[in-house]
Amino acid sequence: MVFNMERRTTPFAKMYLIAIFIILYAPIFFLIFYSFNSGGTMSHFKGFTLDWYRSLLDDKRLLIIVLNTFAIALISALIATIVGVFGALAIYSFKKRQTKNTVLSLNNILIVSPDVIMGASFLILFTIAGIHLGFMSVLLSHIAFSIPIVVLLVLPKLNEMQPSLIDAAKDLGATEWQVLTRVIFPYITPGIFAGFFMALTYSLDDFAVTFFVTGNGFSTLSVEIYSLARRGISLNINALSTVLFLFTMILIVIYYFLQQRSHVKTMGVRK
Amino acid sequence: MNNRKMRNLFMIPYALWIILFVVTPIILVAYYSFFDIEGYFSFANYKKFFTPVYLKMTLSSFWYAFLITFFSLIIAYPTALFLTRTKHKQLWLLLIIVPSWINLLLKAYAFIGIFGKYGPPNQFLEWLGIGTKQILFTDFSFIFVSVYIFIPFMILPIFNALNELPSSIMDAATDLGASKWTTFKRVIFPLTIDGVKTGCQIVFIPALSLFMLTRLIAGNRVITLGTAIEQHFLVTQDWGMGATIAVFLIIFMFIIMILTGTRKRGV
Repeated sequence: MVFNMERRTTPFAKMYLIAIFIILYAPIFFLIFYSFNSGGTMSHFKGFTLDWYRSLLDDKRLLIIVLNTFAIALISALIATIVGVFGALAIYSFKKRQTKNTVLSLNNILIVSPDVIMGASFLILFTIAGIHLGFMSVLLSHIAFSIPIVVLLVLPKLNEMQPSLIDAAKDLGATEWQVLTRVIFPYITPGIFAGFFMALTYSLDDFAVTFFVTGNGFSTLSVEIYSLARRGISLNINALSTVLFLFTMILIVIYYFLQQRSHVKTMGVRK
Repeated sequence: MNNRKMRNLFMIPYALWIILFVVTPIILVAYYSFFDIEGYFSFANYKKFFTPVYLKMTLSSFWYAFLITFFSLIIAYPTALFLTRTKHKQLWLLLIIVPSWINLLLKAYAFIGIFGKYGPPNQFLEWLGIGTKQILFTDFSFIFVSVYIFIPFMILPIFNALNELPSSIMDAATDLGASKWTTFKRVIFPLTIDGVKTGCQIVFIPALSLFMLTRLIAGNRVITLGTAIEQHFLVTQDWGMGATIAVFLIIFMFIIMILTGTRKRGV
């Protein structure tokens, strides 16, 4: 079978894949390359410099924005994970198929609805509720759009769990709480971590929703990059993109290993 | 009994979330669409939506979204197909997905440099002797960058659908004398149509509502439904009209979801 698979990788297929890879990565490396340009533009490479990185470090305002962005991402991912795991448990516990599907559809609305709709409707919501636009409104909206993702990543783990596992624990005299903390949670841990990481990346990446509910005075990285980019090219952004790229790579490596581990684990259980 | 009590306890924060952040916002958008800019109840916004200006904008928004989805599919399908035939396919897939995790704004910003007056494509044109062309702020750059951004989202569901196909099906088709093209047209593509539908859904709906790229890459030349909503909410402060467009966007979203609906959701 392996032989069969390899036979089908034609030279054309390889060329095509390589071309796609180059196109997908070229803009990112283009940015990184010019972040070392002493010329100050994204076109003529004059000479190597680290000035842009230095000015990045000196930029107090940007530093605060970076800290805000991470604070929002971590707090929102954490809260969304807790609410999402409980939500997934609730959906899992519904016996009726119809109830399950209805709640799941409601869950998925925010995933499929365009960012602009979410942003605009949250803006109305916060204005009516009298919530000041700033840290709080951004945090609440990030929690809101991360919850359904966590639910979707945790639920398959719950469904994959054999009910006999819970029955066995109950027969052996475990209380509901013990079943939850000793049997269910350890089993779905990979899903919980995957959900947390997804929520983290969604929050770090979000631009549109934040743009609507951020108000004056509070800014996240995406919003800041947008306003900088509208003013034109500044190699500070390039330096920033290098840092963010490296950071994203680290996150991905962690995520990959977590998944890899969870994969091995579930395989082990299945055997 | 105990079980039910605990379940209800779990349900509280999640149910609150559904009520406050899923149901209420939709109701609020619908409610606001009935108020004109002075705050009086009226159907004026709906009347305004059916004037040529807004209808033309809606049509052009659909046209751009269609083009973006079409090119994404054309490029993504072969990529997904070839990916399933590589040796370490999961790793390759991950590498394809990685760029989608890089901040969207940074990618858009990169293209401002790339498509700029002195960017690589223009230097290449110069070298060919054609001379510098305006690439940024054109329909081409807008569609190119949008496709660039959406490709990974199109590849993923198609890859998953292809990956589930047992290779014995392809072997059977070949054994029965089907050519490569026939196998693809009659066997592989129909069996992965669900993945294609999911991919189109994932791309088309956001493509209708893009607003950041229209400003940065298309230089306000392209106005999508998303741009119009953003304009009404954040610039002209005409929330009523913005909400009306949002209502129509929600309706379009549901229609698209029904049209591309698959029994098995792969998110």
